[in-house]
Amino acid sequence: MTEKKSCLKGVGLTKVFGLGRNKNMAVDHVDFDFAEGEIVSIVGESGSGKTTLAKMLLGLINTTEGDIYFQGKKRDIRSHKAKKEYWTNIQAIFQDPFSSYNIFNKIDTLFLDCINMRGGKKLPYEKKVEMMTEACSFVNLKFAELTNKYPFELSGGQMQRLMIARIFLLQPKILLADEPTSMIDACSRATILDMLMKLRNDTGMTIIFITHDIGLAYFVSDKVFIMERGKFVESGTADEVILRPKEAYTKRLLNDVPKIHEEWDLSTVDIKVN
Amino acid sequence: MGKVILEVNELTTKYITRFNEDVYAVDHVSLKVEEGKSLGIAGESGCGKSTLALSLMGYYFAPLHYTSGEIIIDGQNITGMHPDTVRKSILGNEIAYIPQAAMNALNPTQKIINFIEDVVQAHDPKVSKKEIYELARERFEVLGLPKEVLQRYPVELSGGMKQRTVIATSVILEPKILIADEPSSALDVTSQKMVIKMLRYMMEKGYVKAMIFITHELPLLYNVTDDIMVMYAGQIVEKGASKQTVFDPIHPYAKGLMGSIIVPESGLKDTKLTAIPGTPPNLKNPPEGCRFAERCKYVQPECKRFPVDMKYVEGDRSYRCIFTEEYLRKAYQND
Repeated sequence: MTEKKSCLKGVGLTKVFGLGRNKNMAVDHVDFDFAEGEIVSIVGESGSGKTTLAKMLLGLINTTEGDIYFQGKKRDIRSHKAKKEYWTNIQAIFQDPFSSYNIFNKIDTLFLDCINMRGGKKLPYEKKVEMMTEACSFVNLKFAELTNKYPFELSGGQMQRLMIARIFLLQPKILLADEPTSMIDACSRATILDMLMKLRNDTGMTIIFITHDIGLAYFVSDKVFIMERGKFVESGTADEVILRPKEAYTKRLLNDVPKIHEEWDLSTVDIKVN
Repeated sequence: MGKVILEVNELTTKYITRFNEDVYAVDHVSLKVEEGKSLGIAGESGCGKSTLALSLMGYYFAPLHYTSGEIIIDGQNITGMHPDTVRKSILGNEIAYIPQAAMNALNPTQKIINFIEDVVQAHDPKVSKKEIYELARERFEVLGLPKEVLQRYPVELSGGMKQRTVIATSVILEPKILIADEPSSALDVTSQKMVIKMLRYMMEKGYVKAMIFITHELPLLYNVTDDIMVMYAGQIVEKGASKQTVFDPIHPYAKGLMGSIIVPESGLKDTKLTAIPGTPPNLKNPPEGCRFAERCKYVQPECKRFPVDMKYVEGDRSYRCIFTEEYLRKAYQND
């Protein structure tokens, strides 16, 4: 296998909240290297620092320590212009599709903003409509039915698919998906995952999944990182981590997920809490 | 065959929208739950799972209205009763309900013990506070919750603890049947496991005699329940023992649903996730024939002509499709 080009790299990434006695290491000296066109998952329980890490990668919060390298160069987003530039390369899908949209903007506006952001501001309107139709058909929605609608008129699954259509128009280098399927039911989940994988195959973007669903992580990703209390406790290819876990924490997580072909051992948890 | 705790015959309930349209969200549903058994209900969002749960309690408030059918709890028909009687003597006493985000049911300005006092005194005002405390303490201890929880406020408890507190409270009057509507979907895997273990333990202890469990997480359903019922667009499309329904579904919709299971087991990467194309029909004007016909892979013209009845096959299984079991199995094999 040829060595893939590094897309996003973190060295000693740390985020500390609070001071003195209240000091809380949300993310604790984390190192990683995501290659281009790879799907990676960051798995952990609530409060393990997954979302804090995601926010740092997106540049929404500052890092306390450590550096992020984007395509081999050190990321510098101190100026507003540089930040905007960076955001054309990295985009995100969040957990709650209902609160991801500007409620005052129609869907057309949302798409037109995306096209403008990609530098298509001067294109004729017909061309823009063509692009929007293509994006909608990518996610099995019909653009003709969506024009002049507001996002809240759609169902949760449709909204999440619209979010993917947006990503399709923007074509970022990296997509950060923070629990993209935890709010929608199991049947729509398969559709969303299929689309994300197709998006990766078509455009070669790097997708970073952040999830607590270890089954989903195993299904989609090439590499899995297990996070516990701000640290990566185990990492490797999906098969290595999920099928042959070494760390006790990973084993516990796996054990707690209900399975269908193996016995689900209920005795590992105790309902007595002191 | 055990004693039948809950029997529902051809229950139909509808929503009346503000434009005076009828939406039949539960359409001629029949089911039976025996003592010591649990029934699981699976299906997509919007297929009527939660409406069925609400309808089963026999207490209706707008926009949900009762249309026809009967609900029999332990030999007692509750459908003809006055709503106030149902509220006073059936809810909580005979049938208990845990909603999806049960932890939000707790009053943030009250201690847990006050909440429990309210619940008990709503049904019997004569019970003294001391008796209630003793009852709650004993019940909590058995279910693994420390008695200090009773003197706490909801903000002092974690999400999993709150959920378990509400569940423990819901069975304080020893109802005959417990309806759990996605009790663990807001929790992480470890807390989920604790909730499940607690529900099982309650059944063993006899605090509830039977349970109905609603979720769209099929692996969870498979591990918790004895029987599984698959719902689609307000109707039951398949019913059978858990193992059979998960590993060997007959109805094409059930088959599609089982294809969307994701579990961290070896061999998962080789299986292809089968998403069902399309969306469920609008129940304002449901299709004449089979409701799944629009999205079905094996659809034939005659599917869309007449309403489809449940077909019964050996081993207490039933499904709603015009094709025979052999025909469907052959079709699945050819895929």
